[in-house]
Amino acid sequence: MKRVLSGNEAIARGAWEAGVHVAAAYPGTPSTEILEELSRFPRVYCEWSTNEKVALDVAIGAAYAGRRAIAAMKHVGLNVAADSFFYASSTGAEAGLVIVSADDPSMHSSQNEQDNRRFAQFARVPCLEPSDSQECKDFTIAAFELSELFDTPVLLRTTTRTNHSATPVELGERTERPPKREKFPRDPAKYVMIPAHARRRHPVVEQRVRDIAAWAEKSPLNRIEWRGRKVGVVTAGVAYQYAREVLPTASVLKLGMVYPLPEQLIRTFAAGVERVVVVEELDPVLEEELRLLGIPCEGKSIFPLCGELDPTVVRKNAAAAGLPVDKPPVELTELPRPELPARPPVLCAGCPHRGVFQLLSKKKVAVTGDIGCYTLGLLPPLSAIHTCGCMGAGIGVAHGAAKAGIGERMVAVIGDSTFYHAGLSALANIAYNRANVLTVILDNRSTAMTGHQPNPGTGFTLQQQATEVIELEPLVRALGIHHVATIDAYDVDGLEKAYKDLMSHEEPAVLVARRECALLPEARRRWVPLHVVEEKCTGCGICFRIGCPAILKSEEMDEKSRKPLALIDPAQCTGCEVCSQLCPHDAIPNRDQIRLAEEHQPATFSTPVTGGS
Amino acid sequence: MASQKPYSFVLVGVGGQGTLLASNILAEVGLAAGFDVKKSEVHGMAQRGGSVASHVRWHPEKVFSPLVGLGEADILLSFEKVEALRFAEFLRRGGTAVVNDMAIVPITVSSGSATYPGDEDLAKVFASLDAELVMVPGERLAQEAGNVKAANVVLLGAVSKLLPLPEETWWECLAQRVPKKFLELNRVAFASGRAAVATTPATQA
Repeated sequence: MKRVLSGNEAIARGAWEAGVHVAAAYPGTPSTEILEELSRFPRVYCEWSTNEKVALDVAIGAAYAGRRAIAAMKHVGLNVAADSFFYASSTGAEAGLVIVSADDPSMHSSQNEQDNRRFAQFARVPCLEPSDSQECKDFTIAAFELSELFDTPVLLRTTTRTNHSATPVELGERTERPPKREKFPRDPAKYVMIPAHARRRHPVVEQRVRDIAAWAEKSPLNRIEWRGRKVGVVTAGVAYQYAREVLPTASVLKLGMVYPLPEQLIRTFAAGVERVVVVEELDPVLEEELRLLGIPCEGKSIFPLCGELDPTVVRKNAAAAGLPVDKPPVELTELPRPELPARPPVLCAGCPHRGVFQLLSKKKVAVTGDIGCYTLGLLPPLSAIHTCGCMGAGIGVAHGAAKAGIGERMVAVIGDSTFYHAGLSALANIAYNRANVLTVILDNRSTAMTGHQPNPGTGFTLQQQATEVIELEPLVRALGIHHVATIDAYDVDGLEKAYKDLMSHEEPAVLVARRECALLPEARRRWVPLHVVEEKCTGCGICFRIGCPAILKSEEMDEKSRKPLALIDPAQCTGCEVCSQLCPHDAIPNRDQIRLAEEHQPATFSTPVTGGS
Repeated sequence: MASQKPYSFVLVGVGGQGTLLASNILAEVGLAAGFDVKKSEVHGMAQRGGSVASHVRWHPEKVFSPLVGLGEADILLSFEKVEALRFAEFLRRGGTAVVNDMAIVPITVSSGSATYPGDEDLAKVFASLDAELVMVPGERLAQEAGNVKAANVVLLGAVSKLLPLPEETWWECLAQRVPKKFLELNRVAFASGRAAVATTPATQA
């Protein structure tokens, strides 16, 4: 039976069919749906781990215990997990161990576009790269087999385009894999990486790479498609699809395994064509390998290194290099188009982060940010975040600036999930080394950015088990931070009072700004749209400065100021009341005032709208 | 299927408008009709009110690239008017733009730093591509069918009218995707989208 599956769904399906026992991940675009999908299958333990390193250690532990295991993460997640990735390469495991790295060329939702095929080379871990959903499934199964055949972890490297494209996939059944061990292995020479053992493992690992390279010569993962002999394309991953589309007459060496490479197969291919062209996204990884083999080839001299490839770019550049393209590049018409209004992502209407950023913007403090929805606090008109590097970085960066003697108090903002991910150890550092940093934990009770996954603060797990809530305040106090306040993130005055108090001490301080994400189902049920009372609005513009997408400029002008009045879009407004509290003219009634007014004049106001199902 | 030609679609809109569901259904319809299909989408930060785009390709033999090249879409289906303009260069010369008559004002406009283009810009841009412009009042027709959220199904109905596939193929794929209790509502919404194409004067362009 064929079904149209996304690459992520296909990876989950492949892991399940391969008899995986344990799967662990931390959410991150474009990898998130792998675990979400896999968690719906029976007989697989799945978890959101607190971060990618933990997720990989969990998978390694399961594989040491003789059960097939998979860890999935976005490309930068493998940076977090790198230490574990390397020791797993040294030790191998008792059962199949697969790591998925979902790279993000063009940075659709990431801070960089690193090419994680480099990680495979770096850690001597074989790397498979699928080019569509069928291969996502097949290569996941192959990765488990390869892992067990050579006692090695296997990296399955995908890109956003394979993760988030959907193509038909032939479904199979699950092959149950009984555990390979009853008891945990006691094999210190293999699993205890003290220097004496690690030294003995290193040559084993190097030999393993040579053995896999020899195996790759005959593996069906790599194949030559002979067509015309003028041009031979060496390619892998989704770039294969662009090459096939744009250069239909070229011979192709399609590499399903991009590390280690099959030297003889490559030499055979190169000898059979007049011109070798490497079509690959991001780094010239394959091109460099070919050059090391002494094979003349072209690659990045034709195709860009930065950004995602697509058929337009590949066709244009291939045509310019004189390659036999399927058709000339499309001549684009200059469109008679006005300048279009940008539609940047924004903090949603009702976002509980808005009140905090309104305050920090007003106070003009230096704010180190972190990764999550709240990174959008950097955008005007709030413009309240001044750094964002990677998960968990903000707190340490604030500490460093403080210890360097910068002449102002630093504020670090971090979301709840990111705090559990990598913020906790940085806050422990602040507590230990005593910087006067105010850390604001934006606790919206969810991992919202990636689609509302649960986290240690939510009280339930990926597979819907009830669990303990790790309470932030006792945790923070236990670190030795004495100035701690928790405020409803919708309480504008409360936030400001707490801020002033916490900033009055020359000590580490933590403000927990708590309110669930307005898009969560239980929050949606409480949505009540507010409205502007035109007679009271003076067009002062204060409510425009909080960047709420529900607050529009009316076509009505204030008679005195000749400035547009405010208008609230009832379809977007959730009734968070931040604007209502900020309005100096009481022109935006709050929920209580609306309720009172409705009791007296039921017909005057629109009925509350409840959100989606 | 050898007699059929390949089709490329680009679906665009604003996060939360149902473009993803529509592109899923479009891919499944292609598969059910015997095409090889691929669908690709960009989300990530789209949930926070950004532009979203999905590409769907049907080919009687084999689809390679999951992405549609610029100037190569046979049909541009836009759930929102300014997004139709933003993604117009995907449409091939002589293609068809199906545009939902819906403006979702970006924050850059509501904050006064940009202006929202007019309907005449839509006409001008697609005329310059020798393209047919089909405006569909998606929300109004969906409301009439019983729920404004069925606008995406109205729009699929409109697209279905432009393609040489039996209506049942569409309906069978759609029926598998919508909850049972909304089946009738969606049937009405789909039919009204189909009817809108025949009766919209713009199709005469």
